[in-house]
Amino acid sequence: MKLSELKTFREATILSVEGDDSLAMRLMEMGITENERILFLGTAPLGDPIEFEVRGYRISLRKNEAARVCIEID
Amino acid sequence: MKSTKKITVALIGNPNTGKSTLFTAIAGVHTHVGNFPGVTVEKKIGKVTWNETEVTLIDLPGTYSLSPHSEDEMVAVDVLLGRQSDVARPDTIACIVDASNLERNLYLVSQLLDLDRPLILILNMSDLARKKDIEIDIEKLGARLGIPVLCTEAHRQRGIEPLKNAILESPIGKERKPHRPFPEEFYRECDLLHQEFGDEELPMFLVERMLLDVQGTGENRNRKNGLAERESFLIDARQRLLQAGFRVPQMEPRVRYRWIKKQLEGICTRPQTHSTTTSDKLDRVFTHKIWGMLVFAVTMFLVFQTIYRFAVPFMELIEEGQNILATSVESAISPGAFRSLVVNGAIAGVGAVLVFLPQIVLLFFFIALLEDSGYMARAAFLMDRLMTKLGLSGKSFVPLMSSFACAIPGVMATRVIENRKDRMITILVAPLMSCSARLPVYLLLIGAFLPPTIYAGGWITLQGIVLFAMTFLGAVVAVPVAWTLRKTLFRGETAPFVMELPSYKWPSPRIVFSRVYDRGKAFVKRAGTLIFMTTIIVWALGYFPGDRVEYHKLESEMHSLKMAKNGTTKNFERREKALERELNKMNSQLMEQSILGRFGHTIEPVVRPLGWDWRIGVGAIAAFPAREVIISTLGTIYSLGADVDEEDQGLQTAIQNATWKKSGEKVFDIPVALSVMVFFALCAQCAPTLLVIRRETNSWRWPVLTFSYMTTLAYLGALATFQVGSRLIG
Repeated sequence: MKLSELKTFREATILSVEGDDSLAMRLMEMGITENERILFLGTAPLGDPIEFEVRGYRISLRKNEAARVCIEID
Repeated sequence: MKSTKKITVALIGNPNTGKSTLFTAIAGVHTHVGNFPGVTVEKKIGKVTWNETEVTLIDLPGTYSLSPHSEDEMVAVDVLLGRQSDVARPDTIACIVDASNLERNLYLVSQLLDLDRPLILILNMSDLARKKDIEIDIEKLGARLGIPVLCTEAHRQRGIEPLKNAILESPIGKERKPHRPFPEEFYRECDLLHQEFGDEELPMFLVERMLLDVQGTGENRNRKNGLAERESFLIDARQRLLQAGFRVPQMEPRVRYRWIKKQLEGICTRPQTHSTTTSDKLDRVFTHKIWGMLVFAVTMFLVFQTIYRFAVPFMELIEEGQNILATSVESAISPGAFRSLVVNGAIAGVGAVLVFLPQIVLLFFFIALLEDSGYMARAAFLMDRLMTKLGLSGKSFVPLMSSFACAIPGVMATRVIENRKDRMITILVAPLMSCSARLPVYLLLIGAFLPPTIYAGGWITLQGIVLFAMTFLGAVVAVPVAWTLRKTLFRGETAPFVMELPSYKWPSPRIVFSRVYDRGKAFVKRAGTLIFMTTIIVWALGYFPGDRVEYHKLESEMHSLKMAKNGTTKNFERREKALERELNKMNSQLMEQSILGRFGHTIEPVVRPLGWDWRIGVGAIAAFPAREVIISTLGTIYSLGADVDEEDQGLQTAIQNATWKKSGEKVFDIPVALSVMVFFALCAQCAPTLLVIRRETNSWRWPVLTFSYMTTLAYLGALATFQVGSRLIG
């Protein structure tokens, strides 16, 4: 499942980030790496981007960026 | 005499860690702000003396990682390695981290530990961490990392003295053993690459970065410097690492975050359950579908109103001061070229620069408030969807909106956009937004030519519609321009949005003040000199050659008449009026004979298709340094003197009555007025803006491009307006 498909206020575990390009690297540098917990906090009023909590801080990603992250809901 | 020690310290950290506040707290306001050569990165340097040690502090741009993907990001690496020619290599590195967000912040720290320089770790915002129930055992952390760790609350000036001491006590000149978080295979490959490259001077750190950063700046530089053969060595090395089970580039964040987890184990605890803080509650409102948009709209409206309206009294004050100064100079110096140079060139030139200062100061006051409180990131979050439709990102919204008041602070405000392409496009379209200096031109022409037709029982006026259309014309044109720039000069994948949403906090008055001060100072200093020169040039073109003997005689008579004016008699007044008329008439003749006037006649064929006569042409040319100048130029040409404003009935009547010399037909009608307005809406008639673009982009290429594309658009727009308009109406 992709991070972009997560529902509001649901939590998931990150499985992997797809790709080796600068976007994938930026996501991983910001702490989106395997086995971390990620929580969906909300969507911007116009439907994009999305706000998440990871490693104890807030991060916003566009939907197409979140689609690069594979997750698993336990 | 004691010999003074000199050390250089680099301050680095993630964005939103309070780095600027800390820099101001330790360096004071006596900082030098400039640009690093060749890039658009701001260089901020402070020089202080502590205990007889001269300390040079370099404030590096906020960054999440030392993995550079652009020349702009490479600056931090170059400075840290002493490869940036205009600053000394730092003896010590101080890294500031957000104590309430330690895990992610330590990513940069782990990269800095790969260097061999002494490192000091500063845990800032420890108060916020406590509030979030995060506990950090500082002593143990320092022991594990093997570097000094300190706590500060920069916005309260707490922990500054211990930091100064730590910097002074750091083991200068001694190399720290770089930590080696990666598997041995990686370091073996680095050693091999170093041999293969055969460059003794190349620091090991850069070899490591080249290997880690696929398509990073290190690799690109190799290609640029004719060292493309390094590419195959790098590819082979990465291939061998992959076979050994280490996938570059994903290996780096994996290894580092694993290392971070280990360092923090048992010494940093954060509550596992998600707790709702005040910041979260604020966020519920500020990013809410309805309330969030409402708060945003009201905030932007207030900011906009303030720079648009509340700056006016201050601007008037500056103009008033300029007038007083000009008058006193006029009475002190006898008429002549020198006096005209001082009054119409120098004083008018400096005034033209200073008059923007109130808007710059006010806008930066608000931007500093919005940024420091954490709201700026939410504004970008709210607006991103809309701005991506235009090929930009949410971060471009505030700079572009500010440009509606004045493009200068708007261009300066683009510094919040980290992505270079997004920032460049925003800078290049910002001058299209209708700034407050265009308003007088619109008001004059609308007042003079458009009938006061009203619709909907007085709620809507034709004049209002035209004013509205003119105000938004530039913004509408900006959409295809931004799109074209994205498809041509700034091609490539869209920049990642990936943005931290920092916790809300009270803005610190000190940081707000220092940011406003920095921006204001930079503007006056850098732009001031060049705007001054441009004004002098236009003055000279309008003044020479022209024989002014007769004119000066009349001026002197006028002066003595004014001096002698004790009890006003009818005779005096009549003579004064006659003199004034005579002076204005001569002035307009002199203008016609000047280089500028002749040039106006020469280019008349070019502006004829726009429906303009030479006088409008001259006005438009003279207005290139500053668009509102057209009003005083038209005043001069229509023999009213230069002291006119847009509401001047005399000027409105004069241009209504202006006729073509040959046919005697009226020059102005509605299509001509619209054509002039469209030209002013789209043209880059503002030297300060162009010079600020030069300053912000660190290259003449971009102001030249801005000027060319806007002038072309303005001409074509005016042409279309007149040709279509005269067929429809005429």
